[in-house]
Amino acid sequence: MNHMPQPSDFGPDNAGPRHNAPDRHAGVYRYDELDKEFVFQRVEQFRAQVERRLKGELTEDEFKPLRLMNGVYLQLHAYMLRVAIPYGMLDSTKMRRLAEIGRKWDRGYGHFTTRQNLQFNWPALVDVPEMLTALAEVDMHAIQTSGNCIRNVTTDHFCGAAADEIVDPRVYAEILRQWSTLHPEFSFLPRKFKIAISGTPQDRAAVRTHDIGLTATRSEAGEVGFTVYAGGGQGRSPFLAVKLRDFVAEPELLAYLEAILRVYNQYGRRDNIYKARIKILVHELGAEEFTRLVEEEYARMPRAEYALAPEVVEAIQTHFALPPLTALPAESEAFDEAKRSDRAFARWTKSNLHPHRAPGYAIATISLKPVGGIPGDVTSDQMDALAELADRYSFGELRVTHEQNLVLAHVRKDDLYPLWQALEAIGLGTANVGLVSDIIACPGLDYCALANARSIPVSQAISERFADLDQQHDIGELKIKISGCINACGHHHVGHIGILGVDKKGEEFYQILLGGDAGPNAALAEIAGPGFDYDGIVDAVETVVKTYLSVRSGPQERFIDTLARLGHAPFKEALYGAA
Amino acid sequence: MLVKARGPVQAVSANRLSDGIAVWLGPDHRWVDRVEEAGAFEGEAIAQALEAAKADMAARLVVDVYPLDVRVEDGRTIPTHIRERMKALGPSIRSDLGKQAEAPSAVIL
Repeated sequence: MNHMPQPSDFGPDNAGPRHNAPDRHAGVYRYDELDKEFVFQRVEQFRAQVERRLKGELTEDEFKPLRLMNGVYLQLHAYMLRVAIPYGMLDSTKMRRLAEIGRKWDRGYGHFTTRQNLQFNWPALVDVPEMLTALAEVDMHAIQTSGNCIRNVTTDHFCGAAADEIVDPRVYAEILRQWSTLHPEFSFLPRKFKIAISGTPQDRAAVRTHDIGLTATRSEAGEVGFTVYAGGGQGRSPFLAVKLRDFVAEPELLAYLEAILRVYNQYGRRDNIYKARIKILVHELGAEEFTRLVEEEYARMPRAEYALAPEVVEAIQTHFALPPLTALPAESEAFDEAKRSDRAFARWTKSNLHPHRAPGYAIATISLKPVGGIPGDVTSDQMDALAELADRYSFGELRVTHEQNLVLAHVRKDDLYPLWQALEAIGLGTANVGLVSDIIACPGLDYCALANARSIPVSQAISERFADLDQQHDIGELKIKISGCINACGHHHVGHIGILGVDKKGEEFYQILLGGDAGPNAALAEIAGPGFDYDGIVDAVETVVKTYLSVRSGPQERFIDTLARLGHAPFKEALYGAA
Repeated sequence: MLVKARGPVQAVSANRLSDGIAVWLGPDHRWVDRVEEAGAFEGEAIAQALEAAKADMAARLVVDVYPLDVRVEDGRTIPTHIRERMKALGPSIRSDLGKQAEAPSAVIL
């Protein structure tokens, strides 16, 4: 069935002034009346399903797929509600509503995830319909945050603001969202399916670890298009995605992706959950044969019907126009003076800022990894404060990063010092983005029903071991990623230092992996050797870091570069002694 | 995830349907909120306890019923596997959440 978006699907916003002035400019897709009606209808449908379950008219076997379609899992201690944050874009209104939901129906906090989503860890099933109603009132939902369908499309968190961007990936992520939401052919895929888009060759979206990865590019003629990868993924069988095409022009994007999904739907295994992801299909067929099947399918398709019309793209682009930036001088005396007078602020500017495309502005990353903190957790009070800061300093807009941080994308350099002071006041001013304590960690055994070991306390202990920010800045870029089981939600396969928690006779044990990379030089990490127990893992990480400091060519050589230059031998020797 | 219980002494765990909170089957086959008060079943009593738990699943009281290995200390039922000790307590990173926030526990990680 052709489920392609039509121009009429993307009509002008006729919903009236539902938002405060600042977020009228926020870079989030704005629902029209059809969108709103659909989401509210879905909530009522689920409300009836919950009532039928509680009355006994649905068994758990019947109800489970229905609750999963609405983002409701049953975890270790309680239910968990995963809320969709499309491509990580939030505005202050939505953030305030998340704060309110956390306060009213959960335990006063939420957890930002590597899928750029937010999870509530303690909702009662009976309350979930009300939580979904509260979300729908601000154009949010939990549809397709679970199940064997196309999940939240993730993107570069600096999209629409970064100086090095080729195209704004939000436009295409939103098109893919509308194309894939409730697409009948993709509602029951062999397994879950994840797509990432990077608007820059710098790849801040980890595209090669996804089922489909797209990197924006331009042809020699200046035409917008994408390099297309498929078959990447982590978990028990990690693979980097293989390149299918160097260039798929923008009008062909939906047809080409549909061809990939069709091949997966037809040939993907459904008899074995562990072999059902597209990465296994690509691996077993081989890149060449898989590509041939996709191209054959693509050639058979009525491509003109799938063509992505320029007016559709333009209509979506209007939702993501730049906010009304002011013409500013490139340099700010207030910013420079604050850096000179406050060393702690200067340190934050070094790690947490990224160049903006407009003079006088910067992109600020808010670390959700305070020393000893829980990666990705934000209290309801902090959410309210962040919404206020977004309104005050960044046109009411916030982004969630796949590294479990937040971003204010359009901050005047003049405002950076008061912004940082306000962040410090709420415990979120840590100057550690990209450094040793900026750790991705899955929920692990503390929450997750699938986990074998804890992740979060290990990340907290490492963060505390390297609490000295001067030391962290001296160590430089170092990405530690921790998973509490082989499903790899903590991305340990692409950590510079990856840590995998395993179960060993009922107790936690941890493997160290070295050399993974999620960026443009994507690589899978290799297991260093035998694992360490809970009490030994932090010492082992410190051993690796100290070895790096002792063998690097100089402060400018990053950990990952030292590893590439010297290989793993010095690190293995430090961990395990000479062979 | 179903924990494969292998030991001679077992309890039965589940989550309440309405709010998802962890519960355990008591010695009298009524659900209790704390693992220390759970029934520690041996031999044929294990199968009987599981049957009772499954009946309560059908009666919409609980979901996700499974057996777990335990030992008994001072009359209190203590899970042997870390996952089950965690379930009995709450997140190790937030002592203000879960069962541990409600009352001290004989269970330790």
